[in-house]
Amino acid sequence: MTDIAKNAPSPAWSLLSHNAAQLFYRLLAALLICIVLSVLSDAFLSLGNILNVLRQASLTFFIASGLTLVVLTAGLDLSVGANVALSACLAGTVIHQTGSPTLGILAGLLTGGTVGLMNGVMVTAMRIPSFIATYGMLWVLNGVTYWYMAGETIHGFPAGFRQIGSGYFLGLPIPVYLLLVFLAIGTAFAQRTVWGQEIYAIGANPVAARLSGIPVNCRLLLVYTVSGTMAGLASIIFLSRLNSAEADIGESLTLPAIAAVLIGGTSLFGGVGTIFGTFVGALILTLVLNGMNLLSINANWQPLVTGIIVIIAVWLDMRTRRSAP
Amino acid sequence: MSDGAASAAASSAPLLELRGISKSFPGVKALDDVSFAIHPGEVHMLLGENGAGKSSLMKILCGAYTADAGEFYYKGENVTLSSTAEAQALGIAVIFQEFSLVPFLDIAQNIFLGREPKGRIPGTIDRRRILADAKRVLDGIGFDIDPKVVVDTLGVAQQQMVEIAKAISQNARILVMDEPTAALSDREVELLFALIARLKADGVAIVYISHRMAEVFAIGDRITVLRDGRRIDQVRPAEVTPDQLVRMMVGRNVDMTYPRRFAEQPGELVLQVKGLSAATGISDIDIEVRQGEIVGLCGLVGSGRTEVARAIFGADPVTTGEIIFDGKPITGEPDVAARRGIALIPESRKSEGLALLRSVGDNLVVAALKKLFPSRLYDPRGAQRTAEGLIRQLRIATPSARQMVGLLSGGNQQKVVIGKWLAAGARLFIFDEPTRGIDIGAKSEIFALIDRLVAEGAAALMISSEQIEICHVCDRAYVMRDGRIAGHLARSELTEENIVRLGMHHE
Repeated sequence: MTDIAKNAPSPAWSLLSHNAAQLFYRLLAALLICIVLSVLSDAFLSLGNILNVLRQASLTFFIASGLTLVVLTAGLDLSVGANVALSACLAGTVIHQTGSPTLGILAGLLTGGTVGLMNGVMVTAMRIPSFIATYGMLWVLNGVTYWYMAGETIHGFPAGFRQIGSGYFLGLPIPVYLLLVFLAIGTAFAQRTVWGQEIYAIGANPVAARLSGIPVNCRLLLVYTVSGTMAGLASIIFLSRLNSAEADIGESLTLPAIAAVLIGGTSLFGGVGTIFGTFVGALILTLVLNGMNLLSINANWQPLVTGIIVIIAVWLDMRTRRSAP
Repeated sequence: MSDGAASAAASSAPLLELRGISKSFPGVKALDDVSFAIHPGEVHMLLGENGAGKSSLMKILCGAYTADAGEFYYKGENVTLSSTAEAQALGIAVIFQEFSLVPFLDIAQNIFLGREPKGRIPGTIDRRRILADAKRVLDGIGFDIDPKVVVDTLGVAQQQMVEIAKAISQNARILVMDEPTAALSDREVELLFALIARLKADGVAIVYISHRMAEVFAIGDRITVLRDGRRIDQVRPAEVTPDQLVRMMVGRNVDMTYPRRFAEQPGELVLQVKGLSAATGISDIDIEVRQGEIVGLCGLVGSGRTEVARAIFGADPVTTGEIIFDGKPITGEPDVAARRGIALIPESRKSEGLALLRSVGDNLVVAALKKLFPSRLYDPRGAQRTAEGLIRQLRIATPSARQMVGLLSGGNQQKVVIGKWLAAGARLFIFDEPTRGIDIGAKSEIFALIDRLVAEGAAALMISSEQIEICHVCDRAYVMRDGRIAGHLARSELTEENIVRLGMHHE
């Protein structure tokens, strides 16, 4: 920060163009991966595969989009995966008990949102660092879910409900429509509302934000609640797509969501990043993993590759940000 | 009262002599040709206002700063003093107001931190020797305490003793103390003075920075007065009166004038603070500010000025008392104060006033978002128009509203902080050191801006350590001391000498 402050003003450089350039490079990277994969694998450009990539990316995106808001405030939500598992199991139970998918969906969203609100209370009222609060919450949620499910699986839901995750409309999977809707809502919220601007201000300097009259704690509560609610939404799509719920379905979700946020250019230090960037991040991540599957590369390599991409993306971001005149 | 008389009367040759020391920072000459002699077994008092150059001199003595010009003589021999290691080798130790002890280690560990005697097994520490050596050092300064006590559990006075013990254990022959009695009770001050007498008898030289007139005369052997980075005079306590010292500290040729149109008749009562106390150390504060007025809030650094500003703005919780703004009481967080029309321009612009990595435009509209966009829908073009209007109005030197605010100069950054409250439509502006780190030209621009604000019907409460600024700009002023209002000065009484007199301790 001081490095940048020391430099002389340069009229040529402005923040907007810099952020736009960051996004442009990411889209370029995604395109490059697509070109390479289409050369290496005939199956890549098939309609089925492309729709599959989009559907996979959408699942990561739902979780990662809410998480992006948290990271924009320089926080972190490690409980999203565990939240998806609990929300899915409760939603599944409600559908089974009542036979009503609508009530089930409400239960899932409500569970996710409540967990998020509790995270927010820990971070604001109790002043626990978000990393620790949500890490503790992860264990608590896992504990509750495992106790509640007791090793059981909830299986078999009404056909209408299953359409959400696996149905098509005009040739596109339903989750892709949901992806577009939430990408638009998320972007509009972050870029075009007063609350969104306040979230950026809080992430950039929480002390200055508070002394500028922004109700910091209220906004943080909102952000964690939204993150939880998006986990609840993801749980519904998972439930619908898998047609079953188990206690352990959330375990492999948190880290890829964080990876999507970071690859998408949102800074863990807060104040920098976009929802659209996170979408591109989720896309890049899914494309690479999809490509490795198509090229029959052993799945054991996937975590390694994910890690390298995250490190390179963040490193490039920090380099360009530091060297920005 | 001349230099020659003082040194002729000296009982011994100087231990350390500084000749013609200068030190500059961008835009400021912190020290200008300062000479200063430290004699063994003497207490040399260092006096001066905030910003007179005391801290810089202290930092040069301990090797934290390197002087731009000047020479050092240790026992008559020319030496260099450009690192903390060199300072330590010369036996110079500094006891800052903020102690440098590790709270969770015990006294013995703190005294020997970083130079622990090694045990027989490589990589281990000889714990028994540390304890024995620590006990010996503590006995040496007459501090009767178990060296195994953890520092965290000690009071301020005891921690100070540990700092002194640490310095002595490093064979310090020159002890520099920065306002050592600031946080001590009367009894603890007596104990400290007894220790100082003991150290003097051992031939230790003491440089003592103080704001308390009484102790200057109680323990000082020599007094050096600094002002604006220059040594004004060196005297013996018997040769001067407290009044003469105060005049030396403030007296200067006034060559700066700030534009100010004083209102004939102050307007409506805007802010009324009644019996305000807060856990941050302020008590029983009564302040009134009227429309069209700039009211000064002065006193020494640490007297509670910033805490008063923060309490009024809701940044720190209030324990008792009332804040009435526009006739209605106000309580709660800063968002309440901001909504009602109070603005705080904080002391540390970079850490509390701005988001340095965001754009000038983002920073200018951040406090006005709800006012500019009542529908809560943010319009980037509207925000940019508002920002560009403010940039023109305040003549902020920036290539565009999209420029990162961290790249602007200090004066322009300050204009951005003020600008965000203009956009928010604030009617009471609380300025905390509005000209700190700003060059002279930008200063008068900032004051012209404040003058225009109040002329247009706003009110201002201004904290400043620059008494001259308070005298030129303010309609009247409150002076704080030890967390309380020590006095009020009307326009006719507003002189630097009166401010210093009220702000100093005369116990």
